[in-house]
Amino acid sequence: MPYTITDKIWEAHEIAKEDEFSLLYIDRHLTHEVTSPVAFSDMKYKGYKVRRPDLSLAVMDHNVPTDSKENPTIDELSEKQMEALWNNSRTFNVPLLDFYSPYQGIIHVVGPELGFSLPGLTIAAGDSHTSTHGALGALAFGIGTSEVEHVFVTQTLWIKKPKQFRIKINGNMKKGVSAKDLALYIIGKIGTGGAIGHIIEYSGETVSEINVEGRMTLCNMSIEAGARSAIIEPDDKVFSYIKDAPLAPKGQDWEDAVKYWKNLKSDPNAKYDKELEIDAGSVKPMVTWGTNPSMVAPVDGYVPYPEEVKDESLRNEYERALKYMELKPGQKITDISVDYVFIGSCTNARLSDLIEAAKVLKGKKVNRSVRALVVPGSEWVKRKAERIGIHKIFIDAGFEWRHSGCSMCIAMNSDRLPPGKRSASTSNRNFENRQGPGGRTHLVSPAMAAAAAVFGHFVDLADVEIAEVM
Amino acid sequence: MQEKIQGKAIPLPLDNVDTDQIIPAQYLRLLEKKGLGKYLFYRWRYDESGKPKKDFVLNDPKFKDGSVLVARKNFGIGSSRENAVWALTDYGIKAVLAESFGDIFYGNSIKNGLACIKLDKKIIDEIIEKSMNGNLFVTIDLANRKVIYEGKEVSFEIEEYARRRLISGQSEIDYTLSHYLDKIEEYEKNVKSFMKTNINETLKKLLEG
Ligand code: SF4
Repeated sequence: MPYTITDKIWEAHEIAKEDEFSLLYIDRHLTHEVTSPVAFSDMKYKGYKVRRPDLSLAVMDHNVPTDSKENPTIDELSEKQMEALWNNSRTFNVPLLDFYSPYQGIIHVVGPELGFSLPGLTIAAGDSHTSTHGALGALAFGIGTSEVEHVFVTQTLWIKKPKQFRIKINGNMKKGVSAKDLALYIIGKIGTGGAIGHIIEYSGETVSEINVEGRMTLCNMSIEAGARSAIIEPDDKVFSYIKDAPLAPKGQDWEDAVKYWKNLKSDPNAKYDKELEIDAGSVKPMVTWGTNPSMVAPVDGYVPYPEEVKDESLRNEYERALKYMELKPGQKITDISVDYVFIGSCTNARLSDLIEAAKVLKGKKVNRSVRALVVPGSEWVKRKAERIGIHKIFIDAGFEWRHSGCSMCIAMNSDRLPPGKRSASTSNRNFENRQGPGGRTHLVSPAMAAAAAVFGHFVDLADVEIAEVM
Repeated sequence: MQEKIQGKAIPLPLDNVDTDQIIPAQYLRLLEKKGLGKYLFYRWRYDESGKPKKDFVLNDPKFKDGSVLVARKNFGIGSSRENAVWALTDYGIKAVLAESFGDIFYGNSIKNGLACIKLDKKIIDEIIEKSMNGNLFVTIDLANRKVIYEGKEVSFEIEEYARRRLISGQSEIDYTLSHYLDKIEEYEKNVKSFMKTNINETLKKLLEG
């Protein structure tokens, strides 16, 4: 029988099966301060141990202040949660990258960049965007806190094998179009529930062309289409991306690993439960106008007219969204002005994302009506950006160059979008109140966010000058 | 053991109710799962000054004693926060009926004894309509895979694994350890050398270098 890459990794890790659920061995487990405390307290109460602390990695990301390491702005609850992770890591011997670690960052940035996440592995984390790690050719699942505890104690997970959805992307991307735009385009097409119960496998020429960090953006955003996870066959780009990562295999192990990883391909006639083909050439830079990521339009488009929507509940949803977003049907996307720009999150805060934004910003200034933040995905990304000098482009333009963390993606720390304010954000969720109570979010690519910072409103990147930065 | 769940239906006729709406991130910083019911649907339930919003269903006296939430498509999509399930159960919700559910939310519900039942749009429409006056009682019969209201019986599909877990309520961790520890050890014995890590040493070296 022909196998997909998902089948291959699944089979190698399935140690038991009961009815529709399989018991999968989990090779790597990432954890953060928000979804772990209840798991740890239950473990203490029941006298459980972490079975394999050496396959676990804890990182502080959601609550961490991003303004300063010396004089951070932090409230009591956030501090307590970080303290709890610190204590729990000690008690259970789990390696921790805490607030002060030079390798601290968002778990989905840190895992791949340290080589903790690798092709062919099963990876779990108490965080929905764990699908990100699928870009390396790993089988990665976001899980809840009960499952976090189950993985800590047993190093396994009970899970139903997802159905498989192949999305082939072919064609050349237009100027100003990035993996983020492809992702938003796809979510707009299939809807927020379009991939529920499925793992998406991305393939096609365009996907091979996209760099590994762009592929992470694609896999990351798959969650917003309801996908259980996402995966891409690993190739030479992936191997060179992880080769020098501190935790990647070395010497003979590296040779053996690459040989093994090269076989992690879907067989040519493998079967999928769903298939979709996308022509990348027809995708424009995208901007969301509503309160979930499927409410999206090309930048040269318009805010839709709810009355033209046939389905009643969708029409109601559109009306509700426009009211929340304070937008008018028929309004041009390029006429929407923004108050805040946030470049950050596990979707778009890796080095290549910052470079794309810097190319638009170079030699320009942030519009006077805009407050702009760039929050690198990890402290290491921050240092890499500083080494090549692009932090200067951001700072000269008038951006705040901050420390890493989830920041205004989720607004658990003091980085919040104030009520009634409108943001261009490179994050992944434009849900009501997500970036702060009453805040209004437009999801875009890093380049679009940078352009919105300069012009004060959205602009077609086809008309924007893109500079060389290196 | 819970083979049957009974309660008054609360209509929430919306698609795409994401877990950020079920419980906002600002309330994820508490270190316990108890007491989250007061933050359930916080921003829909209360205004900025913390006063209940009249037009939200949970603030309607008719539904105060409701325990079966009825929504439309994609209930619980978005963030993996299990706090969404804890907020629902702490509030007193025993079951959610919807056309479809977010995958992670659905998995979390099983672990916490919250029955999430998928029903056809037609049935959901009917239950929502009938529940509007605050007088519809629904029974979820897990043993026979049936939803019962006003004498009408509707069959539903549910994974056998999920059904067993919901009925037994037993700790999954103890179950796994007592049944499969040998398989776990066997897997660990056979792990390929390149799949191993020496994380503590490597991190130490990184920090020194
Ligand atoms: S950046 Fe946002 S989406 Fe990503 S892990 Fe942090 S809070 Fe979640």
